[in-house]
Amino acid sequence: MDRHLVSSDIATSVAEIISDLKHLEGPLLPILHAVQDTFGHIPNEAVPMIALGLNLSRAEVHGVVTFYHDYRSHPAGRHVLKLCRAEACQAMGGDRLGDRAKRRLGIDFHQTSADGSVTLEPVFCLGLCSTAPAAMLDGAVHGRLDAHGLDTLLAEVGA
Amino acid sequence: MTRIFIPRDAAALAVGADRVAARLAQEAAARGLDLTIVRTGSRGLHWLEPLVEVETPSGRVAYGPVTPADVVPLLGAGILDGDTSESDNHPLFLGPTEEIPFLKNQTRLTFARCGVIDPLSLDDYRAHGGLAGLTKAVAMTPAAIVEAVTLSGLRGRGGAGFPTGIKWKTVLDCPDARKYIVCNADEGDSGTFADRMIMEGDPFVVIEGMAIAGLATGATKGFVYIRSEYPHAIDTMTRAVGIARRAGMLGTSVLGQGSSFDIEIRTGAGAYVCGEETALLNSLEGKRGVVRAKPPLPAHKGLFGQPTVINNVISLASVPVILDKGPEHYRDFGMGRSRGTIPIQIAGNARHTGLYEVAFGLTLGEIVDTVAGGTATGRPVKAVQVGGPLGAYFPRALFDTPFDYEAFAAAGGLIGHAGITVFDDTADMLKQARFAMEFCAVESCGKCTPCRIGSTRGVEVVDRIGRGIEPEKNLALLTDLCNTMKFGSLCALGGFTPYPVMSAVTHFPDDFVAAPVVEAAE
Ligand SMILES: Cc1cc2nc3c(=O)[nH]c(=O)nc-3n(C[C@H](O)[C@H](O)[C@H](O)COP(=O)(O)O)c2cc1C
Ligand code: SF4
Ligand code: FES
Repeated sequence: MDRHLVSSDIATSVAEIISDLKHLEGPLLPILHAVQDTFGHIPNEAVPMIALGLNLSRAEVHGVVTFYHDYRSHPAGRHVLKLCRAEACQAMGGDRLGDRAKRRLGIDFHQTSADGSVTLEPVFCLGLCSTAPAAMLDGAVHGRLDAHGLDTLLAEVGA
Repeated sequence: MTRIFIPRDAAALAVGADRVAARLAQEAAARGLDLTIVRTGSRGLHWLEPLVEVETPSGRVAYGPVTPADVVPLLGAGILDGDTSESDNHPLFLGPTEEIPFLKNQTRLTFARCGVIDPLSLDDYRAHGGLAGLTKAVAMTPAAIVEAVTLSGLRGRGGAGFPTGIKWKTVLDCPDARKYIVCNADEGDSGTFADRMIMEGDPFVVIEGMAIAGLATGATKGFVYIRSEYPHAIDTMTRAVGIARRAGMLGTSVLGQGSSFDIEIRTGAGAYVCGEETALLNSLEGKRGVVRAKPPLPAHKGLFGQPTVINNVISLASVPVILDKGPEHYRDFGMGRSRGTIPIQIAGNARHTGLYEVAFGLTLGEIVDTVAGGTATGRPVKAVQVGGPLGAYFPRALFDTPFDYEAFAAAGGLIGHAGITVFDDTADMLKQARFAMEFCAVESCGKCTPCRIGSTRGVEVVDRIGRGIEPEKNLALLTDLCNTMKFGSLCALGGFTPYPVMSAVTHFPDDFVAAPVVEAAE
């Protein structure tokens, strides 16, 4: 019962998003962003609706969704921690920080902690290379992170 | 009333600028102090962030790096006194902001207002020389604008260094009614943040540059494609476009002079390759961000098949000052065929990190040793990677290379988007080479086999070298693989990944000799 309800809720919001943004030049990415902002991921049932709305094949929409790193097919944990793995952060101990995060959470990059609290993601540069190592937690930026700073962030999200 | 300036640039936020501002506001309210906090972009002295500036009768005075706990002691030290006779004793006192050598020695043309003004105040923008370029441009013919940009010698700051004026002329010469200006704000290169800083610190200069590009080429619509990793820049640019539209800087009659130009902000979706211009156009069109074969050039058939100027943020943001002060003024800075100024971004393990805008021509050594002051850790500099993840690693032996497109190419590297990432002597260059291959494998658009498959093979080969397995054979294999990637790739992702890899091998051979494998005792 729940599933059915949820499904029709999704259909309603996706239909609204499509009709709001369809007029844009090149509307697919803005629509996918809006869908992901609303649901935290791109629900399966959204793909055929978007395809129909934009006169594309499902395969085309699916191809776009899978091409970009940002789009998820499944919901993330309650919090998303993105750790920069790129060079300027490496030069300031970013790799050690990444190892520590993985160890403390008991997961690898691209995984979610067992209690569902945090999804750990790699990111290749946040433009905070002058205050490295850098991270982004639920959209908020953090720089000059050390082990203590990382532990504080993890504690904040209950991990 | 005293004005206090605290940045809201993401780099300042990342180290607590909001908490400092909140603490100060709280204290001011509690004590009934007569002060206004102005949130600005960053001056680019990032090792001193959060940098707090206090307006005094003799100019702005800086303190930093300030933590929330410093707020009460700073107030106690008399930072609001109007003179610095007391507060200059405070350990965080840095003196008049513009006298700090790192800032004083710069030539700020493109970044003149960044960190100085409230980024979203069009009045501030105007009061500090904004709109002067566009005001001149609306009274000029398109050909005259293009001519000015050509004369300035401006070359694309996105990496390839193509002359901007020539690109604009190609689009101007197309007869099509519908043309586009696309601002490339994908800034995927690690070690770079100039685009982010100007979008957050002086968004109107980007908008002004795009509007001038529209007038120059007959394009009426612009897109700014900003990477999703930059939520603050997206927010500031979106609000700035709204303000510019309401003020008549954009819209059906730019500055009331009858030409139409408007801008839409678009967000990327996490794909490094979408910084490549044709992949970016595909992405804007709602397709997979796959690189297109050239020709046709975007200038002929770009966005939705129409003539399109696609330029980096800094290229566009440099245009207003060129029109305002004249192309000669800009051109007279620089060396050789690298004219004007370049915002060098100092990143990683450097003592003085941040943005340093200066005429082309400083040597790499001057930048690393003098401007950046060596490493943050105090250890010797081992290598600097110039130009992002596709840029070469330079050893000290090449520090006499002047910052100039041609000189860097001759030294086996590239300037790219002018990011410099400093590493100390603990860096393992084999690991850096491996990472370059890994990054290419993760971000490849998949179109060419050498890039898609070669990069994964590259990781494996580097791993074998690291484990001491047939090192000579595997080094030869790695060199071969790099050659195949260099010559068999459609774009610079596959084509330039050999730069970081082979520069690491060539300049740091000791790191590619594995420690002898210790056999486990039976
Ligand atoms: C893999 C790859 C990534 C790129 N990323 C960017 C980028 O993030 N920003 C940018 O301005 N140019 C980037 N470029 C360069 C663009 O293709 C193009 O040269 C540039 O946008 C042209 O503008 P300009 O002439 O003003 O530099 C990239 C190129 C490649 C091959
Ligand atoms: S070199 Fe790599 S990223 Fe560039 S077009 Fe080929 S496969 Fe795509
Ligand atoms: S390299 Fe980590 S933020 Fe840029």
